[in-house]
Amino acid sequence: MTETPLFTGADWDFEKIQRVYDAVEQIAKAELGLVTYPNQIEVITAEQMLDAYSSIGMPLMYKHWSFGKHFARDETLYRKGMRGLAYEIVINSSPCISYIMEENSMAMQTLVIAHAAFGHNHFFKNNGLFKQWTDAKGILDYMEFAKGYVAHCEERYGHQAVEKVLDAAHALMSHGVHKYPRKRTPDLREEEKRAAERYAYQEKMFNDLWRTVPKPASTQQGSKELADRKRQLGLPEENILYFLEKMAPKLAPWQRELIRIVRKIAQYFYPQKQTKMMNEGCATFVHYTILTRLHEMGLLTDGAMLEILHSHSSVVFQPDFDDRRYSGLNPYALGFNMMSDIRRMCESPTDEDREWFPHFAGNNDPYGTLRQAWADYRDESFILQYLSPALIRKMKLFKIHDEAEAPDMAVTAIHNERGYREVRKALARSYDVAHLEPDIQIVDVDLAGDRRLIVHHLVESGMLLNEVEAVRVLRHIANLWGYEVRLLEIDPATDRVLKTYDDVAPITAL
Amino acid sequence: MNVIDRRLNPKGKSLANRQRFLRRARAQIVKAVRDASGSRSIQDIANGEKISIPMDGLREPSFHRAAKGGIRDYVVPGNKDFVVGDRIKKPDEDGGEGGGSEGSPDGEGQDDFAFVLSRDEFLDIFLDDLELPDLVKKKMKQTESTTPMRAGYSVTGSPANLNIVRTMRNSLSRRIALKRPKPEELAALEAEIKRLEETGEDPERLSLLRVEFDHLASKIRRVPYIDPLDVRYSRFEHVPKPVTQAVMFCLMDVSGSMTEHMKDLSKRFFMLLYLFLSRRYRHVDVVFIRHTHEAEEVDEETFFYSTESGGTVVSTALVEMRKVIDERYPPADWNIYCAQASDGDNTSADNAKTASLLETSILPLCQYFAYVEVGAEYKDWLGRDSDLWRTYKEFARAGGNFAMRRVRVRSQIFPVFRDLFSKERKDNAAWEAGGEAP
Repeated sequence: MTETPLFTGADWDFEKIQRVYDAVEQIAKAELGLVTYPNQIEVITAEQMLDAYSSIGMPLMYKHWSFGKHFARDETLYRKGMRGLAYEIVINSSPCISYIMEENSMAMQTLVIAHAAFGHNHFFKNNGLFKQWTDAKGILDYMEFAKGYVAHCEERYGHQAVEKVLDAAHALMSHGVHKYPRKRTPDLREEEKRAAERYAYQEKMFNDLWRTVPKPASTQQGSKELADRKRQLGLPEENILYFLEKMAPKLAPWQRELIRIVRKIAQYFYPQKQTKMMNEGCATFVHYTILTRLHEMGLLTDGAMLEILHSHSSVVFQPDFDDRRYSGLNPYALGFNMMSDIRRMCESPTDEDREWFPHFAGNNDPYGTLRQAWADYRDESFILQYLSPALIRKMKLFKIHDEAEAPDMAVTAIHNERGYREVRKALARSYDVAHLEPDIQIVDVDLAGDRRLIVHHLVESGMLLNEVEAVRVLRHIANLWGYEVRLLEIDPATDRVLKTYDDVAPITAL
Repeated sequence: MNVIDRRLNPKGKSLANRQRFLRRARAQIVKAVRDASGSRSIQDIANGEKISIPMDGLREPSFHRAAKGGIRDYVVPGNKDFVVGDRIKKPDEDGGEGGGSEGSPDGEGQDDFAFVLSRDEFLDIFLDDLELPDLVKKKMKQTESTTPMRAGYSVTGSPANLNIVRTMRNSLSRRIALKRPKPEELAALEAEIKRLEETGEDPERLSLLRVEFDHLASKIRRVPYIDPLDVRYSRFEHVPKPVTQAVMFCLMDVSGSMTEHMKDLSKRFFMLLYLFLSRRYRHVDVVFIRHTHEAEEVDEETFFYSTESGGTVVSTALVEMRKVIDERYPPADWNIYCAQASDGDNTSADNAKTASLLETSILPLCQYFAYVEVGAEYKDWLGRDSDLWRTYKEFARAGGNFAMRRVRVRSQIFPVFRDLFSKERKDNAAWEAGGEAP
């Protein structure tokens, strides 16, 4: 079945975009079963794209010098031709806004529509993390509020004062997210019920023998007091911004609100961090599948399809580790490969696939299987669940073990029967945000004394913090907290202190 | 689906961010601009400038792990011939490439931050702490233009300026105050009368209603919907636009002793002065006067690029300048600046005349008179002062609106210029430092 192509030539216009959109939507909904937010496609210029870049992709953003800095750098790189611009930016909002550039050819616009308006959009709407943590309908309104509020504060308290708070808050942005839903404080009735249950359990389990078991030596003095204090302050707390917003003694209400704004934005982007590979993989898989279908149906000319494939293959290009161009695993490549692999296993599985993935191999429902994966997983769990031996062999993945003291590194697993699980586990771990970012917690405040804030870094595998940067961040914490801050790097296995930072005092009153 | 064309949205959304960034990095940028301007030509300045500044104060730190240390596992693609148990040499300390390079991102490093300043931004910073001396004469010239400004309302005016809101408000309040009947009331009454006429019942009420109707109809005629009393016009007043203007005289010796190098130095100085003045005044005229043993007013091209031969008589240029001022630039309306460049030669007999001319007819009219003595690049200055230098020395000593400096090489132009116009202008006694200014 051959139909007339949707467009010919490189130039685009609004009518063509509408036609292409309708055709793409038809396939996305009917064949792939995608469920998306309503789409809004906005055409912008290169300069506006740079604008969007510098304000972390949000169409509305408050004013801050760091965005100006990023803009200046991006602009310099772009003008000198050292860096191209992304073809699109897509925003997790409802309606889902996709920016496309006017410089793109019609073939590229087609690619972008399939990629962003359907691929990313579906992922935003259906992935569990996004559902749980972000409010797509409210984000633009919230940004509007944030922008206005910051401007209002600048007017009222001066640029400098606002800048100081925002600087400090930005430095702590990566440690300003809740990783788990917060525990709800139980109300009185629940409390009573729980107490009764506990009492009943104790009665049931009563055994006089326990009285005769010798107690451990009484724990040190004041530990109850310490525990009380910690409980009151909600310590230990890993969301540093949250703690400072709620507990810092010297902050004015507007300063707390500014911290809250930064925290909310960090929280909004937190799911994107955890699903980068899946999100891009999903979008790439979707555009590839849809555009191939369009081409089969004769709706895309061979020329357009070639241009699209050229762009597609450079996006999913994965150089080997010893290649000069290698700079880590390409999330587009890994995501796309895994999803294509899942489709292959659904449609024509080998015996090995059946053994490794009995629950979906050969079920002939690739899109249903993928939709479920897109909805319920994040990068780490997705790899752990779905990375197949076939793909490990295809990409020739291997694991290297590097110890600081050893003279050289060791290859500990390769793509063979013994290595699959280990490679997969190690790869999954390298995508786990909880392991990528240092685990930093506020553990205590000396409320009765000099109000010093005590922060611990729970060191994982002996990887310490970058010292220079850490001191700068500590200064920011101290500025917000208003009193001295002490950071200890602790090995959680042995409770040994690996490194102590000097107390950092606030330099400026906010 | 919506397609929205945002291309026409207002540009410069990030302008406010950029301003904040520039303000933040001000100290570093100012230093970089000063450093850059020493070595660059003026043309480069006019095109904006790429500058690099140190990262101090522009860092955005965050907690992250150091690049080295601890136990790390990597998974990398493209295994060719490794088997389990193989050992790989660690990548070199510098330029880590290959297997181990995908550790945690390194800090921002000590690299400078490079970006491009626009022409305006560059000039703003470059000329930031310079000030024009003695800006007493900021004249307003009335003839330039006027601009209409809103100035309340009036009862007369042209129909185009009719203020409908005001007019209707007056009309409404008058109608309410005078109890003008509404047209609907009248219509209802008329309908009622008509009904009674047709049915013929209740003739008593009919006549009452007729009286009522006549009364209202006459009242509606007497109280008009819009009365000339109600009409208001927007009033505009013509406010003169204040225009400050300056004229800049460039005087240059073009006799044979002036080499291309000296002319180049002079040109640079003139251009700087022009850039500076044009940022301070809305309107700047430039008059070029060149002289040998006689002086003439010329256009820019001739001024810089044609050569003349002859002796050197400086007073002729001053006479010519005075003539131009008298003809075209009344000192009451113009701020007059003069920059003179010369290699210092003058006919000995002319020195006295030059001095008296300067003192009596030029300096009193000028806001500022700057004399720049340009020298050959490698000439030793330890020799005697030039004729002109000795002549002018007296005025500089006296302080006031006269200043003089020596320049030998290109890189001195900016410091000398800054020195001449810096806000906390040092006492003119410091002029002895000459070309060796900071």
